[in-house]
Amino acid sequence: MPSTPYLLAVLGIVFGITFALRAVPFAALRTLRTSATVRRLSTWMPVGILAILAVTTLHGTIAAEPRATLHALLAVAATVGAHLAFSRRTILSVSIGTTVYVVLVNAF
Amino acid sequence: MAGNVRNHMARDLRDHEEVRHHVPPQVTTSLPATRRQQTAAGVRDSFSAGLGILPLGIALGLLVVQAGLPWWLAPALSLSAFAGSVELLVVGMAATVTPLGAIALTVLVVNFRHVFYAFSFPLHVVRHPLAKAYAVYAMIDEAYAVNAALPEAERSAPRLLAMQIACEVYWVGGGLAGVALGTALPGPLEGLEFALCALFTVLALDAFRSRRELSSVLLAGASVAAALVLTPEIALFTALLVFVALLLARHLLATRRAAGDAAGETAGEAAGA
Repeated sequence: MPSTPYLLAVLGIVFGITFALRAVPFAALRTLRTSATVRRLSTWMPVGILAILAVTTLHGTIAAEPRATLHALLAVAATVGAHLAFSRRTILSVSIGTTVYVVLVNAF
Repeated sequence: MAGNVRNHMARDLRDHEEVRHHVPPQVTTSLPATRRQQTAAGVRDSFSAGLGILPLGIALGLLVVQAGLPWWLAPALSLSAFAGSVELLVVGMAATVTPLGAIALTVLVVNFRHVFYAFSFPLHVVRHPLAKAYAVYAMIDEAYAVNAALPEAERSAPRLLAMQIACEVYWVGGGLAGVALGTALPGPLEGLEFALCALFTVLALDAFRSRRELSSVLLAGASVAAALVLTPEIALFTALLVFVALLLARHLLATRRAAGDAAGETAGEAAGA
């Protein structure tokens, strides 16, 4: 059982590093707001970052449960299909996709 | 491209503090009228993110109990980091009393991706310094993702903050629920963590639909494929690093091509004259 001071030190480290990583770029960007590079990156980045998050979380799901690879791919297809079919209702699409995955994983 | 630049300039003008103060509220018709409606919109934004956050929070609480750590570590970690996946890693490391330096390095590598969110996170809509600090502290993946998919005209400080506070409530609440379930139940329903993947998939579709950035998607696809092959353990970190490097290269190319075109035109005009 780790000591309480050790756990408090862990909490301090986690807070300090995470907050700094989030805050420092804003301070640095304030001086770069007029830069053409920053403007272009801010239009180009969001869709790519979201796509990367989607792929890495899918990979995480598959890595945690390799036998469920097909289930995960089917669930992604169900999510995309639901989203295109029911015109952008995020909660509905996410619920349908998740339900498909949970049912497939627990049933097979 | 010229249109994009013009839009940005218009947005900057609109967001400029002085200008905003002198604009009567009824002019911004596309915004929800009241603070209450904006807050409600923010809470609604949080629901889809909550589907992914709540199960992850429960998993964190369960893990804390199973690792033999004191129960208060779950809410304390959720509040100190509010960063999702890294907390699950830290619980495992703390349980085996890993040296603090190793924990610091892990947090640095896993959370490094947040550095890139500053480019497009709408922090400029928040004015109050304390609220600004909270918005930065609570800039989790889901908060970034949900806002990246929102049109600029629909963004507001109450909406953003309400969304972030709601997410933190799900996260801390999920952790406490996980602690409570810890010894009583065999475990949560398997597979709920897929909600995160579904959420990011849907938001990527939305972002693509509002901004047809096919080249960005292709570059992101190449980055994540390379990252999964080369460094599967820290795929997200590597993918973002490669993606930014590719975008910078694309920016340099576009700049050079524009300069080349301009030079060509000048040369053509000179030849014509």
